[in-house]
Amino acid sequence: MNFICNFPLFTIVFSLFSGPLCMMLRGRAAKYYTIIYECVLIILCGTVLWYTISSGQPFTYSMGEFSAPWGNEIRAGVLEGLTAFLFMIVMLCSVLGGWRFLSMDLDNSKINLYFTLINLMTAALLSLVWTNDIFSGYVFLEITTLTSCGILIVREIGRTTLAAVRYMILNLLGSGLFLLGVVLLYDITGHLLMMNMKAALTELAADPANIPVISLAVGILTIGLAIKSGLFPFHFWMPDTYGWATPTSASVLSSLVSKGYIFLLIKIYWRAVGLDVLRALPVSNILFVLGLCGMVFGSVSALRANNINRMVAFSSAAQIGYIYMGIGIGGMAGFSAAIFHIYCHAVTKSLLFITTPRLAEVSGDSLLFSRLQGSGLRDPNSGIFFTVGSLSMVGIPIFAGFSSKLLFATAAVGTGSFRKVILVMLILAVSSLLNAFYFIHTVIRIYTVYGSDYLRVRERGHHSLDYNTAAVILTACNLFLGLFSWVITDLIQKGFLMFS
Amino acid sequence: MRKRFKKWVMGRTDVMDRILDDASEIHDQPRETIKKQRMELVREMEERPGYERTVEAEQKGFYLIYHIVAVISCILLIGVLLYTVAMLPRYGEENTRADEVVERYVEHGLEETGAVNIVSGMILDYRAFDTLGESHVLFTALICVMILLRVDHKNMRSEYEDYYTVLSDRYYSLERDTIIRTMGKILLPCIFVYGIYILLNGQNSPGGGFSGGAVMGTGLIITAAAFGFDRVDSFLPLRVSMWMTFLSLMFYSFAKGYVFFTGANGLENHIPKGVPGAILSGGLILPLDIAVGLVVAGTMFGFYSLIRRGNIGGA
Repeated sequence: MNFICNFPLFTIVFSLFSGPLCMMLRGRAAKYYTIIYECVLIILCGTVLWYTISSGQPFTYSMGEFSAPWGNEIRAGVLEGLTAFLFMIVMLCSVLGGWRFLSMDLDNSKINLYFTLINLMTAALLSLVWTNDIFSGYVFLEITTLTSCGILIVREIGRTTLAAVRYMILNLLGSGLFLLGVVLLYDITGHLLMMNMKAALTELAADPANIPVISLAVGILTIGLAIKSGLFPFHFWMPDTYGWATPTSASVLSSLVSKGYIFLLIKIYWRAVGLDVLRALPVSNILFVLGLCGMVFGSVSALRANNINRMVAFSSAAQIGYIYMGIGIGGMAGFSAAIFHIYCHAVTKSLLFITTPRLAEVSGDSLLFSRLQGSGLRDPNSGIFFTVGSLSMVGIPIFAGFSSKLLFATAAVGTGSFRKVILVMLILAVSSLLNAFYFIHTVIRIYTVYGSDYLRVRERGHHSLDYNTAAVILTACNLFLGLFSWVITDLIQKGFLMFS
Repeated sequence: MRKRFKKWVMGRTDVMDRILDDASEIHDQPRETIKKQRMELVREMEERPGYERTVEAEQKGFYLIYHIVAVISCILLIGVLLYTVAMLPRYGEENTRADEVVERYVEHGLEETGAVNIVSGMILDYRAFDTLGESHVLFTALICVMILLRVDHKNMRSEYEDYYTVLSDRYYSLERDTIIRTMGKILLPCIFVYGIYILLNGQNSPGGGFSGGAVMGTGLIITAAAFGFDRVDSFLPLRVSMWMTFLSLMFYSFAKGYVFFTGANGLENHIPKGVPGAILSGGLILPLDIAVGLVVAGTMFGFYSLIRRGNIGGA
């Protein structure tokens, strides 16, 4: 076995170790350690990605001396490598971009605890990506939930505590439902390892009498993950959670945590349930409809928001809707579009969430639109980065958002179902229009001055290397995803071929 | 319509929004000023015509719908789950399910892991990756509670300052209570010995790190309740407990990392299995149990200490 095959194990074990280590370090040392460590992780994940592309096949890695069905196992293919690589880049950029606000929002004695949580979350997210065992998925889901609550309450103002309580209740409900689904699946198949579970389920699904149990188990599991990632009827925790957390937390929560859950769901669908079985279940149709609803209702809520962070948060709800719509369309094309949108949204949302507090900072620390007028002129860098993010969200060509919307439309046409094509095209058009309404409107607002509020605030933007680096990296990723989308979609499709 | 559109373009400033959303803006001002501003805003809003009527009607309608929907969805979920349970394979009957994994654990568990207690063998050897995560779940919970409850400059409000500094924890403590002290003296040795027994015997009998650690944590809590935190601090100061947690988790991660590494690469594992039934058996199970036990005991005492006095160890 090639030495590179050990890298997924190293990323998980060293991240788990980094958590307690950061507790022992002082705040500033923990910060630097985390930054350097994230860079190492990017290199490791990138190497795994390169190795799987060049060798052309995935590899499994048994965790312990006992092989597959008896022990645990992790697995790495092109898709896992690509996702882990991108997640780590976004993680690094979030920490860098929110650096300045961490020292303002956090008490000095708790900065090292914050980085403890960030490292544990990194470990959990990587495990969610690498895992080949559905129960390991659950365990690391729990760590992700707890760490997300922790990085929310760390700001210690009343609103984040309230948001964290709501977030925790909904997330625990989601975890409970996911566990229930896992238990049901284990009860009918007798396996927790994804490949064995898939074989058992394929056998069971041949008998129509078993379909109701399977669809209930898969359905409960799906609802659990949908609640956790904020699909349409369950998206109301989002604005408070993302809107008031410290920028790094908001960016990590919206662009990585909810995407990690969706990636796990897709992995379970492909590797534990199997597309043939999934086609016999009503689950994907329900996800399709809920995704479409989310695209519209999330955008409508965003339109009504009068606080920039809440608007961006509600637009996350709409984007999650896009991803679930892709899953609902199904097939290779639909899932590829969903994965591509996960990447695109991760890159764009983190850029927006590290930019908005900068704009607020030069507007008297207010996130309200009425005060933000002209903030793009006062802090030109942030204005440009916010504009880039907005254009990508709306779906202007050359940015990532355009490519993903194009992929969704193509995937819908590929299904050959007339009703689906019409629905997808219509809702895509409506949603893009709504996106344009609130994002372009915000862009115009931060570049125009009207009324007397501008006269009150005369601050200048605070230039810092860390933030600019992070924003430039994210912008570059965004442009790369937009201009060279075929490179990524090729890799995604290769990865999906390795899945089955 | 036109007015509303203009309001939207300009960014509305509703009174209600100013109460709720300006929280961050007025954060730096003195507390009294903030209170006064808030009260003024609330009064301003209440004085608007028709305010009470609309709020009441909204709340009434909302809560009615809320309760009805909650009850209906709960009943539906219960029904669906009962229906599912009825369709599951029956316990003890022949069914289509593959039981090869369970059979392997029961039949070969002893010889492969060296642990008489199959459950310990399963969670710490066969499926050690899950347990590696699980022990970090506890640590994560401790960190979250520390963030929430540890007293610092941000969450120590000026009006509570007296409570923490002058009255302190001693005021409410049970130290002078004869019943607790006497019972503590009698029970504590038994509790600690029992906890250590469960911890060390995890590979041979029911027990192990999680349960033994919980018993020992209870012992620490009773010590603190009966004899005061000073007594605990004298043998477990903050530095020591932090190093203990750190070293335990580090040992856990690296020991398991070593086993995973050797296992996957087909290298020889140099950890002896020992004679089944002896204290020193089961390979890594005993040291891992001790590590988990220390983390669990520290976590339980940490929760209690954070709730009582807002810190884990003495200053």
